[in-house]
Amino acid sequence: MKDILGLVAKRLGLGLVTLLVVSVLIFFAVELLPGDIAQAVLGQMATEETLAKLREEMGLERPAVVRYLDWLAGAVTGDFGTSLIDGEAVTAKITDRFINTLFLAAYSAAIAVPFAITLGIIVALLRNSIFDRVANVVTLTSISSPEFFLGYILILYLAVKWSMFPAIASLSSGMTFLELLERTFLPALTLVLVVTAHMMRMTRAAIINLLASPYIEMARLKGAPPWKVIVRHALPNAWAPIINVVALNLAYLVTGVVLVEVVFVYPGIGQLLVDAVAKRDFPIVQACCLIFAATFILLNLAADVGAILTNPRLRHPK
Amino acid sequence: MTKQSQDLIDRLAREARKGRVSRREFMHHSIVAGLTATTAAGLWTSKVAAQTPSRGGTFRVAQHDGNTADQHDPGLYQSNFEIAYTHTVRAFLTMINPDGTLGPDVASEWSATPDAMEWTFKINDRATFHNGKKVTTADVVASMNHHRGDASTSAAKALLASVEDLVDNGDGTVTFKLSAPNADLPWIMPDYHLAILPDNGDGTIDWQSGFGCGPYKMVDLEFGVGGRFVRHDDWHGEGAYFDEVEFLVINDPNARQTALITGDVDAASLLENKTLALLGRHPDVEIDNVSSAQCITMPMHVDVAPFDNLDVRMALKLAINREELVEKITFGAATIGNDFHHSPAMPYFPSEIPQREYDPDKAKWHLQQAGIEGLSVDFSTADSITTGAVDAAILYAEHAKAAGININVVREPNDSYWADVWLVKPWCMVTWGARPTPDVMYTLAYKDDADWNESHWKNPRFNELLLQAKAELDDAKRAGMYHEMGMLMRDDGGTVIPYFPNFVYGRRANVNHIGQLSPAWQMDGYRHASRWWFA
Repeated sequence: MKDILGLVAKRLGLGLVTLLVVSVLIFFAVELLPGDIAQAVLGQMATEETLAKLREEMGLERPAVVRYLDWLAGAVTGDFGTSLIDGEAVTAKITDRFINTLFLAAYSAAIAVPFAITLGIIVALLRNSIFDRVANVVTLTSISSPEFFLGYILILYLAVKWSMFPAIASLSSGMTFLELLERTFLPALTLVLVVTAHMMRMTRAAIINLLASPYIEMARLKGAPPWKVIVRHALPNAWAPIINVVALNLAYLVTGVVLVEVVFVYPGIGQLLVDAVAKRDFPIVQACCLIFAATFILLNLAADVGAILTNPRLRHPK
Repeated sequence: MTKQSQDLIDRLAREARKGRVSRREFMHHSIVAGLTATTAAGLWTSKVAAQTPSRGGTFRVAQHDGNTADQHDPGLYQSNFEIAYTHTVRAFLTMINPDGTLGPDVASEWSATPDAMEWTFKINDRATFHNGKKVTTADVVASMNHHRGDASTSAAKALLASVEDLVDNGDGTVTFKLSAPNADLPWIMPDYHLAILPDNGDGTIDWQSGFGCGPYKMVDLEFGVGGRFVRHDDWHGEGAYFDEVEFLVINDPNARQTALITGDVDAASLLENKTLALLGRHPDVEIDNVSSAQCITMPMHVDVAPFDNLDVRMALKLAINREELVEKITFGAATIGNDFHHSPAMPYFPSEIPQREYDPDKAKWHLQQAGIEGLSVDFSTADSITTGAVDAAILYAEHAKAAGININVVREPNDSYWADVWLVKPWCMVTWGARPTPDVMYTLAYKDDADWNESHWKNPRFNELLLQAKAELDDAKRAGMYHEMGMLMRDDGGTVIPYFPNFVYGRRANVNHIGQLSPAWQMDGYRHASRWWFA
């Protein structure tokens, strides 16, 4: 256990360094974009005079490095600054959106993870059967289609033609939890379709890989039924790669959903990031990207810890 | 007409008034019952559309172009959501009526001195802010000053550049003193930047709190997501039939359309032209297709070779097939252009100016006159300008080939197009929002010393007429001047104008309006919340 805590501490430290590097990259990437926030705000109606005035108001005339260090000094103390456009605190702007994104990710994961792993076990059991082939073709097709396309297909059939679910997932205050689940079902289903294939195929591959091992043959020879061979004997040793893939897909559910948000009008953090980039609102871009980076770092860490905990050899090193 | 068909038509009208029969179905059944199409259309207007509006209901609107970066400062308004918001929550001195005329808003009446150098607006004493405070002349002065002076960052600064002084007369009137005559000043007042907001007491206005003196009060608002509004009972205007209004930001055109079809919303702004024909067949959806003063322009810098040669400009104006562009790029939802920036949706439109046709042979002749063989020019455009902007440019290039002109279409990045391409590259594509009058439009983009004189065109006679027309309070004389200016711009100017795009939006069949829609903006000049009602 002590080793694991040590590992977690070390990885968290490295994670902070990664975040710092990410913040530098993001800042200068935004700087490199053509045009600045004053131009983006005034658009076609900008004149030299109003541009200069607005830049001065937003503090844009200071050198980029100074602005970055200024932001960094605040960020270290937990103050992520204010939006350049309306002066509202970045944390206030992001919190609700991020909670929405987390909710949708959790909703999709709650369906996708058990579904994909169960399906992976079943197709491993029935490998090379018709069922295996069909499951592979369907999931691979859905992962290969762009999300917005899947979204449109689901809307066309489940919302427009058969009127089973609402077409747009806009949230309003005072919704009950069940209403919320119904409203957000189509975006969640889209995400489920997108992430299932990866997890299902990894489960299948990891299990089939183990089926050639001598100890599996031993289990078979002692007369264990096929499902028991897989669930009791093969699966425990297959967890490590599966957990890795699950973590990767969970990260995707948080960071990669902007298209789904747009198609279903879901107020998540992806849309906020896209708007902020379009307007060059650097503090918001920075905060969103750091949240995404931290999600990846934490989920990767969780995957590694999970892999260690499920592997007795790593758990009790000699 | 037989008694039977009379009964049928009465029943149809009754059903239609309840919103159960759409106009299309009404027309269809009436014609089947033996009426002519014209009679049926007349019946629809007199029996169904002319009903008195009923109050009540929650009106849900899918709004395009809303961003999390939207904000409340009227000087920095830019997105359609902000413009829809300001027409719902805030109010202006004057407003554009559904028939395109100018009507009162916060100002109940206005008048000018005979030289059009001073305009006096009388403030409606019923106008009240949402916090209960009456709108005063001080509020009006402060609201205008927000867009004037050195400290202002407002995008509307240029509009009020000729206002020299604002005088609070102390009797409920405000006088605008101008440095040059302007007969159109009241027409500038409905500009979406010039909202009337409360004075803080020190000459600045309170725009931060997001309220105003318009028909609806904001209850909930999250930029980039949507907002909820309730009727402002002390509003000074007519209308505001809905008890509640909800705006929902839906930036994806497909999602807006779906929401309208499934009834998740009652109306949707900016529908895609390419699906209009299909959407129009839906029994519960009505489409409004309104010709507007929005404009696509293609300005050439007339002081840069080869555009400094009038024959080259003429050749390029003759080498474009405007009908085909309207038909293929806008799917018919546009008014054809004629190379002068004055739309039929604006007042004083000179309808006698002959339409310029596609004539590659004449274009060739002009090139010979110019002594240029195999003219090859770069033409910059970008996807974000208008739907199908790049396609339109490529189609134009194909038309021009027939005249022996090689137009090299340069696809520029959407970002910073307005900073790095417009006013910089010698020939590019531009989109202009609807402006209320020809004077406002010509002053912004065609006056010799205008900041946005995008074609660098400096015709002395045109500029002389522009100034004369500004001071002319006689409508007939002004119309004559705009006719001559239109001819000058058409035949000497540096701008190719292919078309004026329509405003296209939709509503559920149970949402009614008077049948006439303001050409100022999308959604009845974005006054849908206060002008429309549920059947």
